[in-house]
Amino acid sequence: MRPLLHDGPTLDPRDRGGPLQPLLVARDLRKHFPVKGSGGKSVKAVDGVSFAVRKGETLGVVGESGCGKSTLARLLLHLVVPDAGELRFDGDLVGTHDLPVDTLRRQVQIVFQDSYSSLNPRMPIRDSVAFGPFVQGKKKRQARDIGCEMLSKVGLDPDLFGPRYPHELSGGQKQRVNIARALATEPRMVILDEPVSALDKSIEAQVLNLLRTLKRQFDLTYLFISHDLNVVRYLSDRVLVMYLGRVVEIGPIDAVFERPLHPYTRALLASRPSMDPARRIGEAPISGDPPNPIDPPSGCHFHTRCPFAEIPCDKTDPALGIWEYPQSHVVACHMYDRASGHSRLAYV
Amino acid sequence: MTDYFSVIPAKAGIQGGEPSKGALDPRFRAGDDVIFEAQALPATRVRGYWQTVFYRLRHDAMTLAFAAIVLLIILGAVFAPLLAPFDPYKESIVGRLKPFGWHDHPLGTDELGRDMLSRLLFGGRVSLLMGVVPVLIASLIGGMLGVIGGFAGGRTNTAIMRTMDVFYAFPSVLLAVAIAGAMGGGMANGMLALTLVFIPPMCRVAETATTQVRALDFIEAARASGARTLTIIRYHVLGNVLGPVFIYASSLVSVSILLASGLSFLGLGVRPPLPDWGLMLSTLRQSIYVVPFVCALPGLAIFITSICCNLVSDGLRAAMDVRM
Amino acid sequence: MGRYILRRILYAIPIAFGVSVVCFSLVYIAPGDPLQTVMPPDATAETIAIVKHAYGFDKPLPMQFLIWLGRVVTGDFGVSIATRRPVIREVSDALSNTALLAMFAVPISFSIGYVMGAVAGCFAGRWIDRVVTGAAVVGVSLPNYWLGIVLVIFFAVEYMLLPATGMGPNGSVGFNLLQWSNAKFLVLPVITLSMIPVGILARTTRAAVAEVRNQDFVQTLRAKGLSEWAVTRHVLKNAMPQVMAVMGLQFGYLLGGSILVETVFTWPGSGFLLSKAIINRDVPVLQGTILTLSLVFVATNLIVDLLQSLIDPRIRRA
Repeated sequence: MRPLLHDGPTLDPRDRGGPLQPLLVARDLRKHFPVKGSGGKSVKAVDGVSFAVRKGETLGVVGESGCGKSTLARLLLHLVVPDAGELRFDGDLVGTHDLPVDTLRRQVQIVFQDSYSSLNPRMPIRDSVAFGPFVQGKKKRQARDIGCEMLSKVGLDPDLFGPRYPHELSGGQKQRVNIARALATEPRMVILDEPVSALDKSIEAQVLNLLRTLKRQFDLTYLFISHDLNVVRYLSDRVLVMYLGRVVEIGPIDAVFERPLHPYTRALLASRPSMDPARRIGEAPISGDPPNPIDPPSGCHFHTRCPFAEIPCDKTDPALGIWEYPQSHVVACHMYDRASGHSRLAYV
Repeated sequence: MTDYFSVIPAKAGIQGGEPSKGALDPRFRAGDDVIFEAQALPATRVRGYWQTVFYRLRHDAMTLAFAAIVLLIILGAVFAPLLAPFDPYKESIVGRLKPFGWHDHPLGTDELGRDMLSRLLFGGRVSLLMGVVPVLIASLIGGMLGVIGGFAGGRTNTAIMRTMDVFYAFPSVLLAVAIAGAMGGGMANGMLALTLVFIPPMCRVAETATTQVRALDFIEAARASGARTLTIIRYHVLGNVLGPVFIYASSLVSVSILLASGLSFLGLGVRPPLPDWGLMLSTLRQSIYVVPFVCALPGLAIFITSICCNLVSDGLRAAMDVRM
Repeated sequence: MGRYILRRILYAIPIAFGVSVVCFSLVYIAPGDPLQTVMPPDATAETIAIVKHAYGFDKPLPMQFLIWLGRVVTGDFGVSIATRRPVIREVSDALSNTALLAMFAVPISFSIGYVMGAVAGCFAGRWIDRVVTGAAVVGVSLPNYWLGIVLVIFFAVEYMLLPATGMGPNGSVGFNLLQWSNAKFLVLPVITLSMIPVGILARTTRAAVAEVRNQDFVQTLRAKGLSEWAVTRHVLKNAMPQVMAVMGLQFGYLLGGSILVETVFTWPGSGFLLSKAIINRDVPVLQGTILTLSLVFVATNLIVDLLQSLIDPRIRRA
């Protein structure tokens, strides 16, 4: 077990490609859920998503409800099997002999949004947390000890909270238990699917700080999914914006938040409520309802609500730019593609 | 679906609800760079699910009273050889159909001169056996099928549940009578018939509960931890399914007793001269003009046993319906 | 909506098929040779072979099943071994007698049970709820054949008010409902038969009503200013689908599960026919009766499901 408190980044013994190799690379992930009785139509939850997560960073994922964020989270752990596309973890292809799914699950863990249903109501907390290590081969006593240690790491006294049941804990406490549970198996990466969305604001702050601390302590990589832009800004190094199953923009957090490129990102950021009375806007930054994921618009999915939509926008899918440098800021929009024929060519 | 002999099953499901608010315990924890100010902790002692159930039961006077009666009935049946004043098979030509209190027979005699009290006590053994055993076996088989179907989902589940639906298409009494009748009667066939009648509802209860559990996040979390299917079932599913299954099974016991004695009443269950309450009721029927109250006794025994089992089962359900 | 109806009906077909398979195989799970019922015990091997062939027992089982199914579908259930009458006549006569009982038992038990349950549900927790629940438990735990006997003891033996058994002085053929001398034979069987549906309905209705009353929309209605009676009407309407489902099942039970009560009162209905057939090992009647009764049950469930979907729009989308 590697030391828990340290001064600088240590190379994890499971590391395979060195600090420059992305920890997780998703290429063209696709997941369509067939709709019963509609004659072959399907909900295109994730429709060709590609991105990379670097070691030690926090990648935020934002988007409206229904854009496919949660499905993406489950795809990354193969809790839902992708229809197409490939997933590489530290260079190895997931699902093959090099990296079977079980091994992946030892290195990647997930924290769900609903803290209550994430815990077995009939199991005491310490058993819930110890379940992961137990399943992965540790003996019961050892697993229990790991569980108790993890509970204290998240700020819950294991003697006080260990034998308790989920219904005796508050939302914030339960979510901390979920975090402890995720960390008990010593993963290298944690996927956080809206972990603070259901919590009160004050508790939210505590949990976010806890996540930051733990990330430093355990040398983790985070994929942080949220619909709350401020939370994402607080925690992330880079951010990925999703719309209707596709990636529309990826870039460093400050760059995306201060100079958003994609019209959707701009609308999203503009719609944040502000305490500043001077900052008023006359009309809503974005209009209309998100289209049906069963029947997404052709071409660029956003063109029906985009104020800059033109002829090429409903014909061809815009491609996400090539991500070359860690600081690259790429966008999937015809306005930034010289070859698209869009009249408004904007420049980064 | 409920029909004649089925009791409304409790909402088979996982209990969940609001977290309890406890006394605010201002506490600062420094170190680890993590500072948490107030950890709200419930002021009560830790009590697990089963402890809560027992606590509730202990304080439920009515249920305890009826459970005591059931216990008495069971003890009466178990210790029948010691308690019975006469041999239940000993006939007497001259002492037939005698009323209460005739010559040391506190409950009279039947149509062959046998002592009613003794026959009732021994009859209890058969009736209780035929009440409990089919439910037990049906719970095991039906429960297993339900968990398998519920967890596997998809085609397997459809196949299992559709097969169960075919048996559900028969009214319970009809199915029991048909199977027992076709097989020729007798105690074993009767128990077999009842077991087959109870498997579909048990399967359905288990399947509903399993399907509900399966949809909850902690199952996915367990899968994400790397657990295999059997491990997940053992540690996460069974604990949550056992509750509803047990409650439903306990409510079936009274139904089973009624059905079993019904079968014997029709001549499809236990065969004479074995004492059984339903059979006794049937043979005594002709004699109601002679000693009506003696003839009604076996039915009274069935009624009391059945209603007490029913009430105990209701009490259990109330105790186990812990809003967690 | 029409799609749902179609799907539901289509779904009933494999169930009916499964039911017929079960009915057919009942005969074959019986110990002993099905042939024994039709053969004299000292038949020679030749005779046995001839009879076997005549009845088709020498063909493989699936073939026999299909032949049987073919006959059944056209209404030919065979001939009763005991009475030599066509089975279908026996069954239909008996069923009409049972239906007569059901015709009275249904409205009585359903209305009493429903009202009891609704009252108990609306006053949940108070003494009337306890009384009703207690009565319901008694109703469900009482062996109805015993109740029949007790009623007979009371009304026929002790006080000679009502007849003990049978279906009137002229039997089933000459049964005239309008004459008290005939109709009085109905009273005790109907009461006995009603008891369990009353118990179950009272329980179900009470549970459904109590559950609906706890829902938030009831508070909304009260906040809007509706009178308590108007609120209760809404509650009852919402509780209806659940109750209807159980009513349908009880109706099926009354038709199909009446064997015990009919045996006690020697009422010549389908249940009684069934018990006679079992005793006589009258295989064609056995098969025919069970098949008919269970198909009636399936049909009843189908109708109830469809009615339910009409009332409760949430079900249609399923």
